[in-house]
Amino acid sequence: MSIRPPLLEEIIVASEPASMAEGGEVGPIQSGWKLTARSFAQNKLAVVGVGVIVFAILFCFVGPLLYHSNQLFPTPYFNRPPGGGDPLGTDNSGFDELGRIMLGGQAALEVGFFSAVIASVIGTLTGTISALIGGWVDAVIMRIVDVLLSIPILFVVLILATTITPTVISLSILIGLFSWLAPARLVRGEVLTLRTRDFVSAARVMGASRWRLSIRHLIPNALGVVIVNVTFQVADAIILLATLGFLGWGLHYPNVSWGDMLNNGTVYAEDGYWWQIYPVGLSLVMVVMAWNFVGDAARDAVEVRLQSR
Amino acid sequence: MITYLIRRLFISIVVVIGISIVTFLLLNYAQGPPGRVVLGLRASPAAVNAWNLAHGFDSPLWVQYWHYIINALRGNFGRSYKLDQSVAALIGEVAGRSALLSGAALFFSLLFAIPLGIFQGTKRNTVPDYVLTTGAFVTYSMPTFLLGLLLIEFLALDLGWLPSEASTSQSFIGVIKDWPSMILPVATLTAVSVAAYSRYMRSSTLDVLAQDYINIARAKGLSQRLILTRHLLRNACLPIVTLVGLSIPFLLAGNLVTEVVFNYNGIGYLFDQSLSNYDYPVLIAYTLIGGVLTVAGNFIADVSLAVADPRIRLT
Repeated sequence: MSIRPPLLEEIIVASEPASMAEGGEVGPIQSGWKLTARSFAQNKLAVVGVGVIVFAILFCFVGPLLYHSNQLFPTPYFNRPPGGGDPLGTDNSGFDELGRIMLGGQAALEVGFFSAVIASVIGTLTGTISALIGGWVDAVIMRIVDVLLSIPILFVVLILATTITPTVISLSILIGLFSWLAPARLVRGEVLTLRTRDFVSAARVMGASRWRLSIRHLIPNALGVVIVNVTFQVADAIILLATLGFLGWGLHYPNVSWGDMLNNGTVYAEDGYWWQIYPVGLSLVMVVMAWNFVGDAARDAVEVRLQSR
Repeated sequence: MITYLIRRLFISIVVVIGISIVTFLLLNYAQGPPGRVVLGLRASPAAVNAWNLAHGFDSPLWVQYWHYIINALRGNFGRSYKLDQSVAALIGEVAGRSALLSGAALFFSLLFAIPLGIFQGTKRNTVPDYVLTTGAFVTYSMPTFLLGLLLIEFLALDLGWLPSEASTSQSFIGVIKDWPSMILPVATLTAVSVAAYSRYMRSSTLDVLAQDYINIARAKGLSQRLILTRHLLRNACLPIVTLVGLSIPFLLAGNLVTEVVFNYNGIGYLFDQSLSNYDYPVLIAYTLIGGVLTVAGNFIADVSLAVADPRIRLT
């Protein structure tokens, strides 16, 4: 869950009824995932989004190998404007901004990815358990979800952040632990509808255990909504990490988050040190937007798959 | 209708109890027995133990929870040991200012989002729709604090049109009188919500436009304007009611960040200061209040929906 209300897109109905030509010509049978992939690739924004994400990963993780800057010991040049030896200037401690953006980007992508994985695993498991067992177990789990959804997640994460040493791992766990609510609800809904479908009944009649039913039939088919949620979760976690950093509860030296950098930059905003704000801000918005684009297209693509099955 | 109300109320109460348990556990985990905090680092362990004993912090967890919940129901949220004031008084002092900021932002975001969403829905897949959609995505992908920073940078520092800090007046009326300094904070908080609300409004408009009663209204020969105001607006606004109830936690979070960015002395600002002070009673109290506000908001949204839309009462 983010600190923002979720965006809702209208469900895009598969525009063309797949070659139901009158000649009785049957096209090659396509798997659901192939349909999904094709619908995804047709969305231009999604392709741009994937491009930006790939670029960001290369920039942040391979970039430092090509562009060397010392992020352990600062230079003696504080607040130096771009051009004088550093392409994007230096910050108020003398660190090279370009190298620092790469370092902050590593943290953002790592926390985004890890927390999304944690949230998805917890969410998928609780959602499946809730839907399959039903009864009071379901009621209790769903009330827990209601309770945690009612508490502003930013508050809880901030309060807990004051009690831990912030590292990439600890912050990922912290964010992940409070982000499984949306996937849990989504997976529960999916499993509840899937449960009544013929192939699941068939498997059950053939004597599949509850465990086998979940692992082989229910979870794989509910995976679409989980993957969609992962992409939004990465975007949300990056925003949350930046907000933590901005409020002063971000990563510690030698790591840095984009939020910390923006927090530093604001100290000198009135002096016109724009290079400490705009490049970082732009990187942050671009990466978050790319994940949102991908999530949006992935949701539409999954809808197409659901429609066609 | 009555059974619906009762069932809904019952669930709300269960959720509020859950929230109180979570916040109590959080307080217990983060702070522990407060003797050390109260008496300071130089007090002897024996004195700290004695203090905790005297104030009931050695009793079983459920007894402590019982005291916590009874006190909270009486409006007593404990004491800020760092500021040596009651938490209720601390929060009460600034709550009005936060309510003003959040209320204004909510009002303006609905004022902008509803017409924007209807416009986008009726002009679907045209250039203005794409432009607005892109705008919504950019705003939505921006953390609240960054949006605030950029507004300060452009409108306050570069152009000098507006003050860069929010009103420092301590009175409600004073803040309203000082409205130019509130434009940027309110705009920041509004922009974030408009991005999300207008998307919902757009999709809701598309849903309603596909309904038969809209076709009938068209077939009757009603003008587009009449169709939009009489038939579409009310129906398309229904999901927004739920959305506003659901988005209270996000409003509170946005409020926190905005108050920090603009140095506006409200609850969010108090929360930020309490974080640096490790002043957990204040932090937990606001979290509890925020949770209860959310439940209340959802309840009111559901009830007003049920009043407005008979279809809901039947389920």
